[in-house]
Amino acid sequence: MKRLVIMDAERCVGCQLCMFACSRRLGFAGLDKSALHVKSVGGFERGFTVVVCRACMDPPCLRACPVNALRARDGGGVILDLSKCIGCRFCERACDIGAVFWDDSMNKPVICVHCGYCVDYCNFRVLGVEEMIRR
Amino acid sequence: MNQNNVLYIDLERKSFYIKNRSDLFNKWLGGVGAALQLYKEEAVKGSDLLSPGNVIVFAVGPLTALYPLASKVVAVFKSPLTGNYGESHAGGRSATAIRSAGYDALVIKGVSDRPIYLIIGEKGVQFKDAATLWGMRSTFTVGRVLREASPGTGVRTIMRIGRAGENLVRYACVVSETYRHFGRMGLGTVFGSKKLKALVIHGKSSIRLPKIKAYRDVYDEIYDLAVKSGSMKKYHELGTAMNILPINTLGALPTKNLSEARFDGAENISGEDLAAKKLGRRVACSHCPVACIHLATIREPYPDEPYFYKTTFVSYDYELLYSLGSMLGISDINGLLKLMDEVEIGGLDAISTGVALAWATEAYKKGLIKLNDLLVDLDWGKADPYREAVKLIVDQPNEFYKALAMGVDHSSKIYGGRDFALSFGGNEMPGYHTGPAAHIGYLIGSRHSHLDAAGYSIDQKMKGLSPEEMVDKLIEEEQWRQILSSLVICYFARGIYEPSIVKKALDVLGYEFDEERLKELGRCIYREKQALKASEGFRPSELRIPERIFEVPSFHGLIDKNYMKAALDHYSKIFNKTVATE
Repeated sequence: MKRLVIMDAERCVGCQLCMFACSRRLGFAGLDKSALHVKSVGGFERGFTVVVCRACMDPPCLRACPVNALRARDGGGVILDLSKCIGCRFCERACDIGAVFWDDSMNKPVICVHCGYCVDYCNFRVLGVEEMIRR
Repeated sequence: MNQNNVLYIDLERKSFYIKNRSDLFNKWLGGVGAALQLYKEEAVKGSDLLSPGNVIVFAVGPLTALYPLASKVVAVFKSPLTGNYGESHAGGRSATAIRSAGYDALVIKGVSDRPIYLIIGEKGVQFKDAATLWGMRSTFTVGRVLREASPGTGVRTIMRIGRAGENLVRYACVVSETYRHFGRMGLGTVFGSKKLKALVIHGKSSIRLPKIKAYRDVYDEIYDLAVKSGSMKKYHELGTAMNILPINTLGALPTKNLSEARFDGAENISGEDLAAKKLGRRVACSHCPVACIHLATIREPYPDEPYFYKTTFVSYDYELLYSLGSMLGISDINGLLKLMDEVEIGGLDAISTGVALAWATEAYKKGLIKLNDLLVDLDWGKADPYREAVKLIVDQPNEFYKALAMGVDHSSKIYGGRDFALSFGGNEMPGYHTGPAAHIGYLIGSRHSHLDAAGYSIDQKMKGLSPEEMVDKLIEEEQWRQILSSLVICYFARGIYEPSIVKKALDVLGYEFDEERLKELGRCIYREKQALKASEGFRPSELRIPERIFEVPSFHGLIDKNYMKAALDHYSKIFNKTVATE
């Protein structure tokens, strides 16, 4: 199984095309369906932080879910079952790196599924896909 | 998102409401087309420039947040610098933020009784006290404070003014995301007059697209053109600074107040040299894969403490390298970058500031102004005194600086030196002495900017045009640009957003515009602008051509006065006809 990785955040120019790509993958134009987030470190001159799911093998978000809406994904990370999710936001709080995003319009989490669609729109090779090595 | 909502804000009453204006956006697309109409609806005609009657309109377009390079916002207002129609464009994250907060346009009217800033989100407006921010020396600090104090990190814009805006310098800018600007025509001054220190706009809403496959296809076509076709290469690599050497080679780089058009020190301030020695980082506007924003670094030791350094980032572009570099004869790159930084700190338009200082230097050398007016000994090539002078423009400690803060047209009326006061329609000259098309463009363009119709480009590509043909070409280009700025596309991507691509991009969204209808709309917006200018008192016959442009050979050699006169006569006829029928 593959996972999305940050190859080098120092190369990020902050264009956010990855974020737009992620929402577009689901048929939306905008940012609120995006499972990754780009923000400045504290002013554009300091560079950018790119936040995305690391595909944990033992995901804290999964363990925090009280209704089994998250199940383990082969190769790390989680798959969300929207029909079970009650929007309690426990998963969001459980993620130390803040990679569980929130879709306010649906009141559901947005978590990367490691499809790699965004990688094709990163013109600066910040993002990549790699084969997950089982640890 | 894309709901055709306009957010109306009254600064006096600290109130707001949201109104659906599909009527407007269906007819005028958005951007400048819609902003112009909103301005006409809301501004009090003939009102004093800095009175509550002046209105600021911001607008995005139907492609904003949907396609790459639709990354700009248009601001329309009455310019405190020219006294007439004002328009300015900026990127950063402003366009995505406005659209994602759920608005297509913002109308800001009235004057606050005290300094305020606004936090604008999907639910409306918070009016916040700006007493602590008012008077802060640096726009950087204001940005830093607001980053901590406001929501929406990563999905917001922080537009703010500096002390230049507070002190009503007529060419104060609005800074967005620290390195992008609503630079020209004094939008920052209007903010200052309204006691409006900053706008923080945040949001992340999205829209579901009905024709998702078709949308993705058009998206990919535009994306590929942007990153693979080479059309954006120059902006991508060296940035606009790459123009310094070619423009200098043409003999078109205004130097020392256009007493020359070639600069000995051009190499030192070239995009190539900056990239090799100073470039520290490149950044992008939201939804732009080009990343043309080039940040140079200055590393400076503290004189009072060994092994203690500070590193400052300074955004550079062609226009600043011209106006604060060649125009002032400065080739010392560290000095130039520090001068640019000071302009940024105070929140001034870099072009107007450089041209004002260039005029002041020449007037000083000719004895029209004295050292006790100027307070610093300005001399070509010496960056430090110019840096002090920038602070003095912001502070306006005496009558001279009060005048200089009004622009060179005004200053030269008081102190003389009209012949070398490089202002066109009240706006200071951009950095191209390429030939007649550039200058006619500054004169007849709706906002007296090189961006109205890019005459500098016509000068470089065409020879032997009659004055009439040239004016017609400039107007045709300006008319098409009304569509680009209604969408609102970054002009750097004008080679990508050809009419056929624009049509495709709009089709997917359900707009029915064929190429001819688009062009007709462009002509219509152009006519509306000209009519608005006429109603605010603009008369082509009153346009002044600075004598200086005839004295220094351009890329086309010495510019012929009769040619310029014939061109302006032709434009006058078109203008009068347009105004009579509108």
